[in-house]
Amino acid sequence: MKVLYYPGCTLKTSARNFEDSAKASMKILGFELEELERWNCCGTVYSLSSDDLMHKLAPIRNLIRVKEQGDNKVVTLCSMCYNTLKQANELFREDEDARYKINSFMEREKDYEGDVEVIHMLTFLKEVVGFENVSKKVKASLSGLKIAPYYGCLLLRPRSAAIDDIENPTIMEDLLKALDTDVVDYPYRNECCGSYNTVNEVGLVVERTYKMVNIARSSGANIIVTSCPLCQFNLDARQKEVKEKYYDFQEMPVVYFTQIMGKVLGIDSKYMGLELHYVKPELLI
Amino acid sequence: MEQRIGVFVCHCGINIASIVRISDVVKAIGDYPGVIHAEEYKYMCSEPGQSMIQKRIKEKKLNGVIVAACSPTLHELTFRNVAVRSGLNPYRCEMANIREHCSWVHHDKDMATAKAIRIIRSLVEKVKLNEELEPLAVSITKRALIIGGGISGIQAALDIANAGYEVILVEKSPSIGGHMAQLSETFPTLDCSQCILTPKMVEVAQNRNIKLYTYAEVDNISGFVGNFKVNIRLKASYVDWDKCVGCGLCIEKCPTKVSSEFEENLSKRKAIYVPFPQAVPNKPVIDREHCRYFATGKCRVCEKVCELKAIDFEEEDKVIEEDVGAIVVATGYQLYDIQKIGEYGAGKYKDVITGLQFERLLSASGPTGGEVKRPSDGKVPKRVSFISCVGSRDPELHKSYCSKVCCMYLAKQAMLYQHRVPKGKATVFYIDIRSDGKNYEEFVQRAQEEEKINFIRGKVSKVYEDNGELVLHAVDTLSGEPLEVRTDLVVLGIAMTPASDIDKLTKILKIQSDKDGFLTEAHPKLRPVESLTPGIFIAGCAHFPKDIPDTVAQSSASASKVMEMFGHKELSHDPMVAWVDEDLCSGCGICISLCPYDSRVLEIKEGKRIATVNEILCEGCGSCIAACPSGASQQRNLQDNQLLKMTDAVLSE
Repeated sequence: MKVLYYPGCTLKTSARNFEDSAKASMKILGFELEELERWNCCGTVYSLSSDDLMHKLAPIRNLIRVKEQGDNKVVTLCSMCYNTLKQANELFREDEDARYKINSFMEREKDYEGDVEVIHMLTFLKEVVGFENVSKKVKASLSGLKIAPYYGCLLLRPRSAAIDDIENPTIMEDLLKALDTDVVDYPYRNECCGSYNTVNEVGLVVERTYKMVNIARSSGANIIVTSCPLCQFNLDARQKEVKEKYYDFQEMPVVYFTQIMGKVLGIDSKYMGLELHYVKPELLI
Repeated sequence: MEQRIGVFVCHCGINIASIVRISDVVKAIGDYPGVIHAEEYKYMCSEPGQSMIQKRIKEKKLNGVIVAACSPTLHELTFRNVAVRSGLNPYRCEMANIREHCSWVHHDKDMATAKAIRIIRSLVEKVKLNEELEPLAVSITKRALIIGGGISGIQAALDIANAGYEVILVEKSPSIGGHMAQLSETFPTLDCSQCILTPKMVEVAQNRNIKLYTYAEVDNISGFVGNFKVNIRLKASYVDWDKCVGCGLCIEKCPTKVSSEFEENLSKRKAIYVPFPQAVPNKPVIDREHCRYFATGKCRVCEKVCELKAIDFEEEDKVIEEDVGAIVVATGYQLYDIQKIGEYGAGKYKDVITGLQFERLLSASGPTGGEVKRPSDGKVPKRVSFISCVGSRDPELHKSYCSKVCCMYLAKQAMLYQHRVPKGKATVFYIDIRSDGKNYEEFVQRAQEEEKINFIRGKVSKVYEDNGELVLHAVDTLSGEPLEVRTDLVVLGIAMTPASDIDKLTKILKIQSDKDGFLTEAHPKLRPVESLTPGIFIAGCAHFPKDIPDTVAQSSASASKVMEMFGHKELSHDPMVAWVDEDLCSGCGICISLCPYDSRVLEIKEGKRIATVNEILCEGCGSCIAACPSGASQQRNLQDNQLLKMTDAVLSE
């Protein structure tokens, strides 16, 4: 079965391993991720914090592309693309005035009504594929892995975009358990990673990463799993600066949930892209 | 008889007079057929206004009166009483609402004046056809049913019983006492809750006018005000309470331990148990769900050790019927489900507890003997954080209302903790402090100033466990500083909600509740303890969260309403009820399915099916009349021909 899929820019560059592992895993599960034609940047999430409707053009244009392709559902992998498309879409459904203005501004595009459904891959796996079917395809056992699932903020906030219970999400844990892996409960799984502060407030992100990794470790974890390339970058690459600041800091690998899934389902190692990680996930090699 | 109708137009100060030109109205209506007198006055409901009407009725020999003023829900009774005092049948007096229906909702004076005239004209047409009715008499059973044996039900029961009337008190758990029995000390005086409650519980047991049914539930209620029939289910306790002397040997020997509801799951009780040592009645029940014999078919240890042969495993639930005239619903509250509070761990952390659990830790008769010890490891907490507004005042996620007592009890609990653990550090997180009772503000100030309890204005966003400690993420909104506070125990001032079975009960009683399940009063200001169903009254936290003084006051108010009713020889019922034209009725029964009061009944009269009306049950809502396909159902003084005439009067020029 073909599934229309929106990748976003990071998945074509520094998070290639996210896309590769997802595509290969989905193939094993019987689904083919078909890339949306003529997609553009999702608009990135900080644009949503302002009322300027101009910032909504990018995400809406992508949703119009979905309609053009004769579909009304689109799956995303990156949490931020998911959140941006979802929120822009919600605005289109709720705010008639904004809908009218944006449609009028983009006069060469067909009018859009907000009728595309934006789905995150985790939701797709839960509701369309079914975790029990994922479970049936498990090939390899990843014993020794103690996984700390990390949601960050973009899968859960605001409420209108949340893929699960905001305060007590379980969807990632449920998937990881279906993949026969050990999951660790720890309190920072829905905290913010520091997000774009990584550009001009590196110190802040370093502190958060330090805290996050330490509390995951003290809760018994030896690997962190995420679905957001920015979270992955902050929690993984910034460990370099953390190590420089705290000499006794112990590093911990941070991977995408699709890499765990891929490993368990037995995808070719070339799709794992482990060379892209700062902290090498030895346990997945 | 010739129509001699008088119209009295009220200014209502400027409420009506500033929009409606009263003198024009008086002039126009004075010329209307049937009206022989029209007059205006500034405040018709005042004493001079009423005397004026009284005088004119006699002077002009009026046989119909219209008071054009405010809504009849406000003053119909006032003016009908004026009619009675003047020798006029009160049902020949009507009100024309030219305030809510006219002056309050319009700006244009010309149009409002014209509309007022039309409204009054239509009422003139109605009065012309109004029959002289007499109120219907209803007998009363002077015995009250109280549902719920917490402090609210206890107070209402004692008040009514002490006035000399019989009371039936039904409590679903094995003992009366309710939540108040669980509390340690009470704000703002810090007097011991048990010490003031238990004497009242004993008084209930000893009062000859009170019949106490504990471990019992109301199954069904039929009938109407003054004449209710109640089915009460006496749940099988498997212990013959007449034989049992409460020696406690069975409890001691019972091998099954389960979480104690009374101790808020902080300790265990046996499967055969008395909820707490001061229980009334002090007799055990077997918890069928957890009893080893009922689960496996083997055990019966309690039976073997009971020398008085009081254990009876064959006992079954028994349903009894009682006649009562009035009902007080005092079913109290429960706490909002802690598992819904994800950000504080959703019940996952043992040391994040509810206010009621902390009461048990403070209570001298509690699981720790009054020493404050953490549930997780039994250590005395050196730091305790209290969080208010948990689940309350949160319309987006939980409950929109303020639970009213949390600010005060958290301040009290912080204070009591400080007394028990003088070197301990108590911190209270609040949004704002609501201390609106007598001596309450002084109490909170004492907690802040004298007891040096740290009050932080700000909500806690997250609680988690780290290395045996709890970590709170919060913000001090007065300094704007984000906080990370480490603590040993967290106490949640969690929202109060109605008892879990309130929905079942409102259906049985046919009374209304609001969106949160709290019982609805007949009028939020003027009839706060009556339900909309005559003869059913409400008291305590079943109505809304409230503290002990307010609960006791409201319960006494309910009791006095019951006593007011019982003070009459018989009750009178509004005669403006449905009646049926038996020649027209085809017996189709549509009215029967629609009647919310079960007042329509199918009878066979001379071989013909007739849907008759039980006038005493009818509340005159009009549902059956609107639905009757043949026009056989009619309402007294709101007949079809009256409505047609009224419509004509409104629409004609």
